[in-house]
Amino acid sequence: MPNSEKSKSLNLKDIKSDESHEGIENEVFQTLMIEDVKYKTRLTKKFLNRKVYEPVDPKKVLSFIPGTIKKIYTAKGKKVKVGDKLVDLEAMKMLNTIFAYENGTIAEVFVKEGDMVSKNKLLILYK
Amino acid sequence: MSLSSKSSDLKRRMQEALRGGGDKAIQKQKATGKLTARERIIALLDAKSFHEYDLFVEHAGRDFEMSDKYLPGDGVITGTGTINNYPVCIFAQDFTVAGGSLGYMHAKKITKIMDHAMKLKIPLIGINDSGGARIQEGVNSLAGYGEIFYRNTQASGVIPQISVILGPCAGGAVYSPALTDFVFVVDKISKMFITGPEVIKTVLGEEISMEELGGARVQAEITGNVHFFAESEIECFEQIKKLCSFIPWNNLKKADPFPKKPPRVRQYSLEKVFPTNPRQPYDVKDVIRGICDDSDFLEVMDLFAQNIVIGFARMNGYTVGFVANQPLVLAGVLDVDSSDKAARFIRYCDAFSIPLVTLVDLPGYLPGVDQEHAGVIRHGAKVLYAYSEATVPKITVITRKAYGGGYIAMCSSHLRADFVFAWPTAEIAVMGPEGAANIIFRKEITEAENPDEMRKLKIKEYKEKFANPFVAAAYGYVDAVISPEETRDMVIHALAISADKKVDVPMKKHGIPPF
Repeated sequence: MPNSEKSKSLNLKDIKSDESHEGIENEVFQTLMIEDVKYKTRLTKKFLNRKVYEPVDPKKVLSFIPGTIKKIYTAKGKKVKVGDKLVDLEAMKMLNTIFAYENGTIAEVFVKEGDMVSKNKLLILYK
Repeated sequence: MSLSSKSSDLKRRMQEALRGGGDKAIQKQKATGKLTARERIIALLDAKSFHEYDLFVEHAGRDFEMSDKYLPGDGVITGTGTINNYPVCIFAQDFTVAGGSLGYMHAKKITKIMDHAMKLKIPLIGINDSGGARIQEGVNSLAGYGEIFYRNTQASGVIPQISVILGPCAGGAVYSPALTDFVFVVDKISKMFITGPEVIKTVLGEEISMEELGGARVQAEITGNVHFFAESEIECFEQIKKLCSFIPWNNLKKADPFPKKPPRVRQYSLEKVFPTNPRQPYDVKDVIRGICDDSDFLEVMDLFAQNIVIGFARMNGYTVGFVANQPLVLAGVLDVDSSDKAARFIRYCDAFSIPLVTLVDLPGYLPGVDQEHAGVIRHGAKVLYAYSEATVPKITVITRKAYGGGYIAMCSSHLRADFVFAWPTAEIAVMGPEGAANIIFRKEITEAENPDEMRKLKIKEYKEKFANPFVAAAYGYVDAVISPEETRDMVIHALAISADKKVDVPMKKHGIPPF
């Protein structure tokens, strides 16, 4: 049975507790600016790869979900009104119709029927 | 039948069951660099301590010609044993038997050993190596997972639950580990995901390998789903053994004390590891090692959100949980990931009566659209919630910067730290001197003949007045300003006198933490 006295005399193997960080003084650090102060520090991969914010462009129609283009209702040069069907995008076994949310003229259609698209791919551009 | 022939019949049956999936399947398992389920249990537990149950359980599949098949132990091994005399209930999925797939009886074996662990109030270790649900058993497989998840949740905070991923763990199966306290993975062997590369390819057209999608390294560095990363199964087992030495068997017990040992000061003297220049980064793990027993610190989630450091160590022989900002990475800021990491660890320590020692040195929260849109408000709030809720002894040491919201969040006296100590190098202020001077003296600076000179002058003025621990000490927000070399003694004393700490909490079913 468990015996706490015994466990006290255990000689557990050291795991990662001996790594030392000598050489920090010679390391060349990057800078991070917070509240007007520049801090010397390491930057992480995740931080460096973070998504840079792009403001919403009303001229661009993007795929809101990854999927397959099933049908295209419009074409380059066509005029569309708010509520007109633009494309059918099938995703996760559901057919989603993307409607025009602005009046205008189509400058370019970047996909064709049968295309597989990732999320936020540019589908249609207004003039 | 005579007793001896009965015995030899038993022996024959056992031998058949112990063969697992047979030589061919075992060879295949070994070819991928993996141990078999039984070898894993033997390697992890104390010699001869493993006692197996339910060896003769048979599967319950009736459809798709399953009834003719014999699956030894139904693809999972369950039992009890000890790890350095620390009692555990354990199960290990056997990939050599039907790919370790989870059917009705397989799940029954797991839930039975889970129920044992809860009844006996001892830790549960689950070794996962499974292709997923046994499709032939249909809805019974789903029921099995659901029964496991329910028990994981009920056991959470009562007994330690450890998940070890030593093979694939995909689809619904990932949620049992996710509900447990600590998840261990091994490079190249562990793979976890909800939807695999094939589904992603057919549905979305995105191509990615299993390793890049949910391999051990990805889970340890990027997702934060796992807590310990090892290069080999044997290293992984050593990590589990080490962790078990720090934590109690259940929430009513305390972790076993060890003989007290001073830090190895030759290597980790605070003088050596803590820079005098306030802008110089340093490795806060070395500061922890300079304070704790034998400089022995078991870091948890060492690859994820490295701007905060969490882990177990001992002070005067007793287990404590350390939470420390890491100036070496992202200047030690709080962000979405580091908040999640710290908050969960704080709640773990609180649930299992492990006192918390917090080392503070942070410039604040990480600015950025990505952070705000990822909900840094909600995630940052978890730290406030976890510290405020925790009733274990809470000791805080402010070593350098403690600015603004970061000061409050890092277990300040306002969140009911029992003792807050500050080093003379501490700067406790509403924000950094540069930012504060730019706001407070904006008029003087812009109207000055030489604005840059004026700015520098005002920053210096602000620094002298506020960038120190004495303003906070004057209000009693800091209990003592101490020199770094006193830290260990002060913390040990504070922990010793708070050992019987009791806090009255308002009657409630449970709070609603900002998950």
